[in-house]
Amino acid sequence: MERKTMTRWFWVWQFEKEEEWLNEMAANGWVLETVGFCRYTFARCEPGEYTVRTEMHPYDDQYVKFMEETGAEYVGRMMMWIYFRKKTEDGVFDLYSDIDSKISHLNRIGKVLLAIGWANLIIGVVNSWNPSVRLGWINLLVATLLMYGLGRIHGKKEALEKERELHE
Amino acid sequence: MPGTPALTEATYYILLSLYRPRHGYGIMQQTEELSDGRVRLAAGTLYGALNTLCDKGWIILKTVDEDSRRKEYLLTDKGREILINEVKRLKELARNGELILGEEL
Repeated sequence: MERKTMTRWFWVWQFEKEEEWLNEMAANGWVLETVGFCRYTFARCEPGEYTVRTEMHPYDDQYVKFMEETGAEYVGRMMMWIYFRKKTEDGVFDLYSDIDSKISHLNRIGKVLLAIGWANLIIGVVNSWNPSVRLGWINLLVATLLMYGLGRIHGKKEALEKERELHE
Repeated sequence: MPGTPALTEATYYILLSLYRPRHGYGIMQQTEELSDGRVRLAAGTLYGALNTLCDKGWIILKTVDEDSRRKEYLLTDKGREILINEVKRLKELARNGELILGEEL
């Protein structure tokens, strides 16, 4: 089968954009087959044959089994991100259908960013005091970037919370 | 029952579907059927809700179907009580709506 591999970089807070791009590829007849670090391999399919979804989910094979029972296909996982696809003819495919579960997904992402952000901040500060290590600024830079990401995730969450005041 | 918080639509339909034992996909199908296609439970939402409802003791994991190895869930007595209270609450909402908008409905 015809295949192609593409390299793409997405920031964590751009996960919706990533998903959109994967679905554009599927609409054009290229469905996601495997994922790697910034590497996506696609296989030829009928245009619009599949819907692709991704989310941050801790390792849980019960979850993968559950998804498969509902007709979704497990594509792969890259770090904490998991990828599924489902044939369009088998019905609409979404991972989250209400505001509460969308918020808890964002919370999950936020927690991970916060933990890695803190770790980098602490390592960065400690290394800045240690004259033999010159690379402490890298950790501080990473920490800053992660805090920016956290802000973006928080913004998405606030928008959903506002919506939830009126409906679910 | 005063002060009982409202259930979300997803929780309501999950509990209602589990009046009979069902597995995950069965809950999704039953919900869509009952609501005439209006309410669709996405699998990720359902998975999270099932775990929460099990922790709360409103539903239990009944059996693992040996042939298909699928898990089946069922409403508990506590879950049934919550569901009954919710139906009463919804009736009140509908009654008040009809009372005020009666002509327009």
